[in-house]
Amino acid sequence: MIRVELPYHLRNLAKTGAEISLEVQDPITQRSLLDALEARYPVLRGTIRDHVTKMRRPFLRFFACEMDLSHEPMDALLPEAIRSGEEPYLIVGAIAGG
Amino acid sequence: MSSVRLLVGTKKGSFLLTADGKRERWTVDGPHFAGWEIYHMKGSPADPNRIYASQSSGWFGQVIQRSSDGGKSWEAVGNQFPYEGVPGTHQWYDGTPHPWEFKRVWHLEPALNDPETVYAGIEDAALFKSVDGGQTWKELDGLRRHGSGSQWQPGAGGMGLHTILLDPVHPERIFIAISAAGVFRSDDAGKTWRPTNQGLKSRYIPDPKAEVGYCVHRIALHPSRPETLFMQLHWNVMRSDDAGENWQHVSGNLPSDFGFPIDVHAHEPNTVYVVPIKSDSEHYPPEGKLRVYRSRVGGNEWEPLTNGLPQENCFVNVLRDAMAVDSLDSCGIYFGTSGGQVYASADGGDHWNAIVRDLPPVLSVEVQTLA
Repeated sequence: MIRVELPYHLRNLAKTGAEISLEVQDPITQRSLLDALEARYPVLRGTIRDHVTKMRRPFLRFFACEMDLSHEPMDALLPEAIRSGEEPYLIVGAIAGG
Repeated sequence: MSSVRLLVGTKKGSFLLTADGKRERWTVDGPHFAGWEIYHMKGSPADPNRIYASQSSGWFGQVIQRSSDGGKSWEAVGNQFPYEGVPGTHQWYDGTPHPWEFKRVWHLEPALNDPETVYAGIEDAALFKSVDGGQTWKELDGLRRHGSGSQWQPGAGGMGLHTILLDPVHPERIFIAISAAGVFRSDDAGKTWRPTNQGLKSRYIPDPKAEVGYCVHRIALHPSRPETLFMQLHWNVMRSDDAGENWQHVSGNLPSDFGFPIDVHAHEPNTVYVVPIKSDSEHYPPEGKLRVYRSRVGGNEWEPLTNGLPQENCFVNVLRDAMAVDSLDSCGIYFGTSGGQVYASADGGDHWNAIVRDLPPVLSVEVQTLA
């Protein structure tokens, strides 16, 4: 199972805890992970990625294993520690705004 | 006994304020959707338990919520608003072409006779309709494509479609208003549209008969007389007695020509309310005195309503969707401010009280009159 941490407001929207476990089919990439996340929680569609272009919303970042993956190719394999469930994949809202 | 429920949208969540028909003691419920901007909430006239809410965030985009139990519980529904076809461009602030891009839902207008049908006014300006309770949305693209769309420009707050009026006498007729394009009317349930802005004036539009380009802030009508429209324009209060074909100034003795909301008394079609604001950049009440102005004769002659409102050191704003009237025998008037106050008058504006004083900045106020 893949571990995913959501930011506070998306946890509330999806009615989940801080971390969720997600089954993701191989190959486990950012795209397949986010596809699986949105399939399980349809309410998150459009809140992380654009509905049509699937581009990351500007004030969100993706982190894992102390790396910023926000600009990495969406179809690249995620690190082994993510794929094995050892480390969570982090979806983080920008710490900014009023 | 009758009761009222105020639906208050703020920059950091929504609040439901309820009272019995006396409107003296209020219960405050909220925040719902804490931390999110709630641009607008509105209940269905056909089923007051059905309420729609526009929830948005600069981080997470647009969410539409609906309640089927009067706001006790909520369900997120469809949040995809795809423009029909290739959207093309409108004008940017500097006059250059700019692609049409969805930003947020400004206004939700449930149909008069079907709780599953609801209209959404969005930024960049377009009108959408859902017939399945908000699950899916389809653009009524005859508006954006009627001919002048490529000339529309945003106002300072964005190019929002902020007003949707459904005519109860002519069921096929819809009025909408866009900042800063103007008013448009459809007589065939939203299929085709035309601008209805003749008589409006804008200081910086050289052509006095320009079809579009007007920063309309809000329009209102009384359901018994929908041919008569009242408008708070960027400069001036206007009135039309022919369903928007022609407009005339009715600002009269108002202390400023600027403001955002305008509304009509529930039982007196000629009694109109505005909140004058000082502009073009200050956007607070003239002289620091918060005054609602009432005309009982459909404009031109206005009286200040001040009893219970702060008359010194008040520098709040009242936004376009932040005023509403109930339909109890003694008509209640409500408005919310950028300072987080929600004021209520249970006697048509003669006396005012603050229901709450310390909410986040208020974006919208609607009221439901419940049996």
